[in-house]
Amino acid sequence: MDLSVKIGKLEMKNPVTVASGTFGYGLEYSELIDIEKLGAITVKGIKKDPCPGNPLPRFCEVPGGMINAIGLQGPGVEGFVKDDMPFLRTKNVPVIVNMWGTSVEGYAETAALLDKVEGIDALELNVSCPNVKKGGSSFSANPDLMAEVVKAVREQTSLTLITKLAPNVPDITIYAKKAVEAGADALSVCNTVPAMAIDIEARKHVIANKTGGLSGAAIHHIAVKLVWEVTHAVDVPVIGMGGIMEPKDAIELMAAGATAVAVGTANFIDPTTPIRVIDGIADYMQRHGMQTPKEIAI
Amino acid sequence: MQLDDAEIIFHEPLKGGYRLIKFKTPEIAAASKPGQYVQVRIPNLEATALRRPFSICGAEDGVLTILYKQVGRGTFAMGDLQVGKKVNILGPLGDCGFPLCDSATTPLLIGGGFGVAPLLFLAKQLPQKGVLFVGGRTADDILITEEFEKIGWDVQLCTNDGSVGTKGFVTAALDAWLEAHPDTKAEMYACGPEPMLKAIDERAARFNRVAWLSLDHRMACGVGACLGCIQKVRLTDEAGNVVEKTLRVCKDGPIFKSGTIVWEA
Repeated sequence: MDLSVKIGKLEMKNPVTVASGTFGYGLEYSELIDIEKLGAITVKGIKKDPCPGNPLPRFCEVPGGMINAIGLQGPGVEGFVKDDMPFLRTKNVPVIVNMWGTSVEGYAETAALLDKVEGIDALELNVSCPNVKKGGSSFSANPDLMAEVVKAVREQTSLTLITKLAPNVPDITIYAKKAVEAGADALSVCNTVPAMAIDIEARKHVIANKTGGLSGAAIHHIAVKLVWEVTHAVDVPVIGMGGIMEPKDAIELMAAGATAVAVGTANFIDPTTPIRVIDGIADYMQRHGMQTPKEIAI
Repeated sequence: MQLDDAEIIFHEPLKGGYRLIKFKTPEIAAASKPGQYVQVRIPNLEATALRRPFSICGAEDGVLTILYKQVGRGTFAMGDLQVGKKVNILGPLGDCGFPLCDSATTPLLIGGGFGVAPLLFLAKQLPQKGVLFVGGRTADDILITEEFEKIGWDVQLCTNDGSVGTKGFVTAALDAWLEAHPDTKAEMYACGPEPMLKAIDERAARFNRVAWLSLDHRMACGVGACLGCIQKVRLTDEAGNVVEKTLRVCKDGPIFKSGTIVWEA
């Protein structure tokens, strides 16, 4: 049995990575699990300059998951390269850097800087974060603007380019096709789902940003449907993500057509989830007499 | 920091909705320092529920003790857990905990409500006995103070309603002590509601003493990954410049030195 998969030029020894923003920069979980067992590590979103993020409270628990509006707090490319890359370079695991900007030019500049950094294997383009006022979701609400961002980044890098799509659009296949035409090698499906929680006794929003992104088990079956639609509309690999709590959830996304999967919110609840998912996929393939993860797609 | 399926060996109610729970978890207990905390995955909540953070009240002989109050669905579910049940614990978490003062310094511990929990663990490890100032709304919120008396600490009680101890805020008792001992080398250690911590931070500056404050922000991951519990601080760098930084309460804290926290208005 061979668990390896390819996402563009990125070779993963198994189909399991982690969702950006749920795993820090790798170091945070390295005492708890062997991060070299992962197919790849996806780090928290970076833009060219440091970003302070949103005021507190930044998240709340809701049935089936959580709503967060961290606001893409990050150290900027320079801080990331200085403080976080040295550790990641010591680990035998591919690194996917999630990146964003507040303008088309900002995305291109960030990509140009990251392209030159030793030890980065792929870029995941965040055009769909619901929690930053400029950039983020505004680029996912307009397929042509999104395609412009993908194209501008493509011109700056030969790294594998993954575009992370938003779930809250009428027809995700339009975005998938535009991203691929603009040069994306792969797609991540999907980002968090815009959501809101109100404390009815305090009579105010629970998180400071008022709106946030819903993640966790609550969005799993939204992701399954979107992965199915995208993988049946375009011919590039898809990383499926959304509410993977157990190995069966990851296998379901792969059954819908995902080449690889990312564990997100579950890292906070059970940090061993990514490892259990790797083992669970192997068990499943063995039980079903499958030789490669590709065969999981129905 | 590690994960352990720890067996509950004791779980009893105290007064006023507070409970004491003990887990057999030798490795986590051995690694724990006062001021650190653990995250508990509450098994009778749904599988998608986040872990709940609790400060460590004691860690001796392989047993970890938590003092908690039933306030939300997590802690109410936890209240139903029976002795013998195994519960997944992540810990110890946080930076190195409360820095211990030297034996020439008088430690002043200030606890608001069940904020006394980590202070008991601390009191047992400090090289010198000192004064514990405890504040609560009523007598029901004054907990485990006899444990401090047993090991020779001077305990001063304050309640908002005067039902036990002195009527008023704990900071008034602290002020009286600081004013009466202007030349005593003393260091403060505090855990409790944020307004209390803010008041102690102000005392630290006014009386020119160091205070160590245990912050309690809502936390998700507990390991510094999600950036859900950040705190803005002002630190002095090596060149002597004051720089503003954003730290993670869960990983870089939860203990912060007086004079560093940028309090929200």
